[in-house]
Amino acid sequence: MITPRTEAELADAIASAAMPLRVIGGGTRSVVPMSNAAVLSVSGLSGITLYEPGSLTLVAQAGTPLAQIEAALAAEGQRLAFEPMDHRGLLGTTGTPTIGGVVAANVSGPRRIQVGAARDFLLGVRFVDGAGRVLKNGGRVMKNVTGYDLVKLMAGSRGRLGVLSEVAFKVLPLPEVSVTLVLQGLDDAAAVRAMSQALASPFEVSGAAHWPGQGTFLRIEGFAGSVAYRAAQLREMLGGEIEESAQRWTEIRDVTPFHAADGDIWRVSVKPSDAPSIVAGAGAEAVLYDWGGGLIWLRMAPGTDLRARTAAYQGHATLVRANADTMAQLPLEQPEPAALAALSSGIRAKFDPRGIFATETDPLRAVAS
Amino acid sequence: MDMPTPNPAILAKKPRLVERLLHVLPADAVIHLEAETRAYECDALTAYRCPPMVAVLPETTQQVSAILRICHEMGVPVVPRGSGTSLAGGALPTADCVILGVARMNAVLETDYENRFIRVQSGRTNLSVTGAVQENDFFYAPDPSSQLACAIAGNIAMNSGGAHCLKYGVTTNNLMGVTMVLMDGTVVEIGGAHLDASGLDLLGVICGSEGQLGVVTEATLRILRKPEGARPVLMGFDSNEVAGECVSDIIKAGLLPVAIEFMDRPCIRATEAFAKAGYPDCEALLIVEVEGSDAEIDEQLEKIVAIARRHNPVELRESKSADESARIWLGRKSAFGAMGQINDYMCLDGTIPVSQLPYVLRRIGEMSKEYGLDVGNVFHAGDGNMHPLILFDANKPGDLELCEAFGADILRLCVDVGGCLTGEHGVGIEKRDLMVNQFDPDDLDIQMAVKDVFDPQWLLNPAKVFPLAASEARRAA
Repeated sequence: MITPRTEAELADAIASAAMPLRVIGGGTRSVVPMSNAAVLSVSGLSGITLYEPGSLTLVAQAGTPLAQIEAALAAEGQRLAFEPMDHRGLLGTTGTPTIGGVVAANVSGPRRIQVGAARDFLLGVRFVDGAGRVLKNGGRVMKNVTGYDLVKLMAGSRGRLGVLSEVAFKVLPLPEVSVTLVLQGLDDAAAVRAMSQALASPFEVSGAAHWPGQGTFLRIEGFAGSVAYRAAQLREMLGGEIEESAQRWTEIRDVTPFHAADGDIWRVSVKPSDAPSIVAGAGAEAVLYDWGGGLIWLRMAPGTDLRARTAAYQGHATLVRANADTMAQLPLEQPEPAALAALSSGIRAKFDPRGIFATETDPLRAVAS
Repeated sequence: MDMPTPNPAILAKKPRLVERLLHVLPADAVIHLEAETRAYECDALTAYRCPPMVAVLPETTQQVSAILRICHEMGVPVVPRGSGTSLAGGALPTADCVILGVARMNAVLETDYENRFIRVQSGRTNLSVTGAVQENDFFYAPDPSSQLACAIAGNIAMNSGGAHCLKYGVTTNNLMGVTMVLMDGTVVEIGGAHLDASGLDLLGVICGSEGQLGVVTEATLRILRKPEGARPVLMGFDSNEVAGECVSDIIKAGLLPVAIEFMDRPCIRATEAFAKAGYPDCEALLIVEVEGSDAEIDEQLEKIVAIARRHNPVELRESKSADESARIWLGRKSAFGAMGQINDYMCLDGTIPVSQLPYVLRRIGEMSKEYGLDVGNVFHAGDGNMHPLILFDANKPGDLELCEAFGADILRLCVDVGGCLTGEHGVGIEKRDLMVNQFDPDDLDIQMAVKDVFDPQWLLNPAKVFPLAASEARRAA
């Protein structure tokens, strides 16, 4: 395993790589590696570079453990508002989640529906491209339109364009109070309608999830007086009971109900009102709706091609967990239309001309050298 | 600002080009007489003017595709244009280009309150997007101050912001999908009514690419329910340092106001003389606005006022009614007009880390004396997006150049303290040559490589964003 300690060492390691690299942070959000890949760990690039609570800004090296960042923020009453999920329970991985991994996979949790995704909070990146060049884009300020926004392009690129060395974030205050309105007895369609109603209210719902059999959950956060008011208004509108447990949202964020069960896990992003009919056609063993219905988690019988079971819809389906055979047979990401696929592979060829960051299921091309 | 010399070979193609465009567009959508192309000679950066060879005004995505296919085949550069309100020269033509204006494409295509989005043609103005949903108490959040006139197409090109971004984000955070035409005429759909990309986030790089990657013809935008109400508090301070500390303390206390606006003394005085809003004559003034129900607003304002009192304000005026709110906002909203009454002005928009505010304001004051040009500062303090307004006399020989040199010094200062050249206006031609102060050659090369993928011949808005010397080889290829 290659473990550079500095950005310059990282650049050297990439420039001199003669075979594909499997880039990992903590290795908790695993991607199928090239069988002949060398492992490059970013965990040696660790530490918070800058944190200004009064500017809502934090800069950290990419290998910094997420827990370290969350602790530093909590000490100042702040947080990463996009609520990144922990994939370890779902994927059965061990290790230490890093901030670079969060960025590389654009990992966001239930609050994404209100405040945006990881990519929306990412202010700047430093990274090394496939040619070994150290590059930067964005910065550490909240409003920045200087040149192209490669920050967004790097977020969610899963290490296919370069290896992140440093990331800068906008952070937000921790709320004083958080409560959940729980609705019982709604079928999927009624639950999505109720969540839409809540999200279309002025009461700033920061989480809207439906867990069949458990209930429909609406989270309200903020100052005590405001939360009490908004929760009461929502309850008047939709009924239900108010609970104060935060544990519920960790379980929804990490898809805890699927952890212990076998089967393939799919993650589908859709227009919320389309969600119930997609679920009805999927024949899943279990389902969890987040993002007001805009995100569907499905547990399917091993080897099932979910995409073949759904009629055309706007959105995309990602295969998150399956056995090796299924992973080899089905594209993990939703195949793109030809024109977009051409743009994406064109960009990858510019950032990674030698195919150093190719993966087994997604080989761009063999390494030239 | 230099622009590339018009290519005589392209100018010679004009008759054939016009003929071909008239095959795919109605006659009134092809503007080619010299007297008429002059209407498109500049945008809101009026110091630079050049009529285009031709201007076209399509009404559909199919027409845009046909126009681009023709220009692509003939090797003619295309400059996309929304409403022409760019302060950075983003829509400035060259004499050998086709201006592709989307102003006639202003329809609302779909409104969906259940899923909280609206799909519009890109020529629709920013404010009329909110106008289309406000009867149902919804709004579109990004609110650039040109919102009455500016088009969504231009908002996407420049990733426009506004006064309320601290809470709601900028265009890129509210854009869900686009229909876009590539330079070769290919129509692509990116994103839509669902969230986040599956593969690479192409939407993220298109937003803010200043019309260099494609022409956006339709956009899916996130709409939000209007808050129940909003009210500001105005506070005056003896020094910029104290006002800056107050902003920082408000944020550290866990408050997230929807806007924190800052004005310095020159701007307060100019504004007061012009709008008579009753502002105190002090060194620095803050307007902090919060949203919610009446009780929620009171809860937040109470906390904000308590913080402000710790900093010994010379004035503290909490709004209790819509009327008082309007009076507090009156001066801020007249600031640009007030400065414009005094003289011509140039408006910059560099962003700095909020912690650097006092230092940067002090340096700007010193530079103002060195250059002999007055400057007033009004800006979005919550996010560090400055708006220095430099006064100059356009009729005085050399004054524009002096003003530009002063502006460039301020923007370099923004970069030096950890900020950037432009927070919401875009690079255009105005800040093109300063890009080397923020980026190394490799940083610029990888951005230009993205354009190579979308527009290999560099025909779309080619002379913008990147220093001409840096892009020369690609433009000439």
